[in-house]
Amino acid sequence: MPATLDYFRAIPVVETIGGDRTMVLNMGPQHPSTHGVLRLVVEIDGETVVRIRPDIGYLHTGIEKTCEAKFYQQVIPMTDRIDYLAPMANNLAYVLAVEKLLGLEVPPRAMWIRLMLSELTRISSHLVWLGTHAMDIGAMTVFLYCFREREEILKMYEMVAGQRMMTSYFRVGGLSMNLPLGFLDYLKNFTNYFPARIEQYSDLLTSNPIWMVRTKGVAKISKEDAMELMLTGPTARASGIDWDLRRDMPYGGYENLEFKVPLATEGDVYARYMVRMEELRQSLGMVKQAMANLPDGPIKADAPKIVLPDREKMKTQMESLIHHFKIVTEGFNVPEGEVYQGIESPRGEMGYYVVSDGTAKPYRVHMRAPSFANLNAIGPMCEGNLLADVVAAIGSIDIILGDVDR
Amino acid sequence: MPLEPAITDLEQLKDRPAVAALEAGLPGALQAAKFDRSELTLWIDPLKIIPALTLLRDSAATSYKSLADVTAVDWLPAEPRFEVVYSLLSYERRERLRVKVKVSGNDPYIESATVLWPGASPFEREIFDLFGIRFLGHPDLRRILLPDDWEGHPLRKDYPVEGYR
Repeated sequence: MPATLDYFRAIPVVETIGGDRTMVLNMGPQHPSTHGVLRLVVEIDGETVVRIRPDIGYLHTGIEKTCEAKFYQQVIPMTDRIDYLAPMANNLAYVLAVEKLLGLEVPPRAMWIRLMLSELTRISSHLVWLGTHAMDIGAMTVFLYCFREREEILKMYEMVAGQRMMTSYFRVGGLSMNLPLGFLDYLKNFTNYFPARIEQYSDLLTSNPIWMVRTKGVAKISKEDAMELMLTGPTARASGIDWDLRRDMPYGGYENLEFKVPLATEGDVYARYMVRMEELRQSLGMVKQAMANLPDGPIKADAPKIVLPDREKMKTQMESLIHHFKIVTEGFNVPEGEVYQGIESPRGEMGYYVVSDGTAKPYRVHMRAPSFANLNAIGPMCEGNLLADVVAAIGSIDIILGDVDR
Repeated sequence: MPLEPAITDLEQLKDRPAVAALEAGLPGALQAAKFDRSELTLWIDPLKIIPALTLLRDSAATSYKSLADVTAVDWLPAEPRFEVVYSLLSYERRERLRVKVKVSGNDPYIESATVLWPGASPFEREIFDLFGIRFLGHPDLRRILLPDDWEGHPLRKDYPVEGYR
């Protein structure tokens, strides 16, 4: 019987481990450092955490059930709302899964734009993590700087998709529309000044003595525990699990990019911080490569029964008008089968398991949410440590409650 | 990449490490297999699911050390009604494997995989919550996403999308 199983046994309401010495404390669901509506039931002995259990579900909206009543293309806007800090990562996982079911290939330009925006999403998501995580621990300034750059990325989202957060930009078979004029210049300008900005954050934190005391050796998790608890993403890589889906099981064109996967072995908050900081630099490099390789050409696959026609064609050609009408009113049928598409989202393995029964609506859509699995780490990270470090631990796992509860 | 027809013949798939390991180590556990869209799916006898997962995890030829996901599918009105779906991942061979177990709609239950991967605990609680499948040997089987006094299991196909009013 694995020892980590104990972290999942409930805390009985009346009987605490320590008897009269300990008390049970509710942290959240309305607590600023829980990044949403996470409730933690903590049993404390003075300042020390004896046991800790997450209680989730406050944000459950039944997205998986709703998906079963929608056409395949109507599911995309819902995927944005799962991990709302990384909308493009969710879009990508879903459209890749459906494309795999259909046997559809996207044109190179669409592929490169997807890569570029996915990595931009990672940067934007990590910036929110860095800002809020630092603020939780008490470094207020970093937050303001991070949100300054994130604002620029949100502006670019707005340029491509017309939306700052819920983009729904990736579509089955390609993209919803082409890049607007001036976008690449704007992005180029961003990539020029962003490296200096990363160093700016780094200067504020990396060798800051207060930051080091609050993070080094805090909320440790070993490699073995990380495996048993199904952790993925930067949280697992900081514990020495050398695994990144972008490199090891490339999807959506990642085999064309060159990058390093940052790794650390300490498994503490500081290691997770260092891994994500290096990921910022690597992602920026990938955005640059995607910009350099961006070809001209179509942004949608040539599959008129699945992909919506261009607006111009729709107004001039009868067939396009018919296809448009058919797709919008009846959806498109997907051959029977099932696929699991895992991608490396900013938080870890984001997996979409889509089952088709041959109709225009998915039979079952299941999201393997990285935050949901990574929340497993909260027990081994916090038990036996100080209550004040719980806040550092939550921040360092980088959970999104929309992702946890779906 | 046009779709290729799925391979469901066990004879053609017997060279796959997972199929070979199961045939050798646990004869009779493997009920069916399918290779479709470059993904391999195995159907395992519900009574042998834990030994089968242990074998797939520990055997050197398969080494599916990581469990990526656990979920379920409701195939109403078929019987057995439910399928519990395990998504395994091998770090060394960079390969995924889908293991499925058919569970009866009448008092659905199955052994819990938390003895192998404690991290599966919230995933199994989610299935219990939304499908009503019980996991024997689970450390703390309660509803996880819905309130404790919720009636019904929303992801079952006979549960209306709008909920009960």
